[in-house]
Amino acid sequence: MERIPILKMGHFLLVTIQVDMYDRLALTLQDDLTNQILKTGARGVLIDISSLEVVDSFIGRMLGNMANMSRLLDAETVVVGMKPTVAITLVELGVSLKGVRTALNVEKGMELLQESLRSKAGEKGNERQEG
Amino acid sequence: MGKNSKSRLPEVLKKFEKELLADWVKEQLNAITVRRDLIKEPELRQQSADFFALLREATQSGNLNDITAPEWASMREMLGGISRSRAVQGFTSSETAIFVLSLKQPLFMRLRDEIGRDPETLTDEFWTANTLLDKLGLSTMEAYQKSREEIIARQKIELLELSTPVVKLWDGILALPLIGTLDSSRTQIVMESLLQRIVETGSSVAVIDITGVPAVDTLVAQHLLKTVAAARLMGADCIISGIRPQIAQTIVHLGVTLGDVVTKATLADAFIVALQRLGLAVKKNT
Repeated sequence: MERIPILKMGHFLLVTIQVDMYDRLALTLQDDLTNQILKTGARGVLIDISSLEVVDSFIGRMLGNMANMSRLLDAETVVVGMKPTVAITLVELGVSLKGVRTALNVEKGMELLQESLRSKAGEKGNERQEG
Repeated sequence: MGKNSKSRLPEVLKKFEKELLADWVKEQLNAITVRRDLIKEPELRQQSADFFALLREATQSGNLNDITAPEWASMREMLGGISRSRAVQGFTSSETAIFVLSLKQPLFMRLRDEIGRDPETLTDEFWTANTLLDKLGLSTMEAYQKSREEIIARQKIELLELSTPVVKLWDGILALPLIGTLDSSRTQIVMESLLQRIVETGSSVAVIDITGVPAVDTLVAQHLLKTVAAARLMGADCIISGIRPQIAQTIVHLGVTLGDVVTKATLADAFIVALQRLGLAVKKNT
């Protein structure tokens, strides 16, 4: 059975979606991802969709779900590599991808994650000081 | 009236081919002496010969009435080709139609010579030939108009593309000065060019300046928001600048919400915000 590979990069996980998503594949991916976050203690997830020429509302919803699941496990998600045509289609479809951060490419995505982790650490530090 | 199967037109066309062609070309040259600048005589002769050959071929079928039928397909194609090339060369549509219609005079003369003694048949044949050539002439006009419309449509697209430039203000900051009304087709082009440039330059901030947009109503606002949303999906934040006092009032009166998009009155203010987002600042050398 096909599995979408999840790679570990430092404190982050990288998921590259290169094939058409169908129901079972998506569910397997969500399963694998949440398990991996737990196992590796990852604080961030990068989902690379730069190979996808077509993104429909199903994939849009799936991305949103994965972001929410990851957040519950204390990992931020950033979707990277969206093609212009895909962005336009999603906007036209009214798929808002709320709560999903986006970046142009993996590099920028990592910067974003690192920055957000830093600011989170800063906040936590403040809390401890105040408390 | 059963004239199709019994029409003597194909026979006349065959018998007097050489003479008809010669007379016809003469008619044309007399008619278009002012346009020798646009078409050379050899080319004219060739076009006429081609037309005549196709006319003979198509009339052999016996269908002299319905030029949309398959036996007239090659003729239609050829006429379409001539109309288009002449439109490009600068002929008017009547000049192009005269190409076909000028065949009437020589043809009628030959028909009269052949069938003169039978006035009733002659009238029928005149009528058949007349309507046939009229239809063919009109089809050239239609083809001509269609090709002009295609040119206009293409120019419209080019105009749209020209009027939505995306410029780079700084490393990572793009500006999109919008001039003119923003309708749905324009929005599509704006979105595509903006997103394409975001990918090319790796920019993370885009300033959309609407100083040149005369009116902003709910529809325009929707288009703007769509563009902002699309850019956001690609990891770029948008700032809308150039909000005139008039526009500000209209937007509030209409109850349009621009969501959480940052808006500024001038491009300059928006630029400063963009720099801040990137962690940059402008310092004066003292």
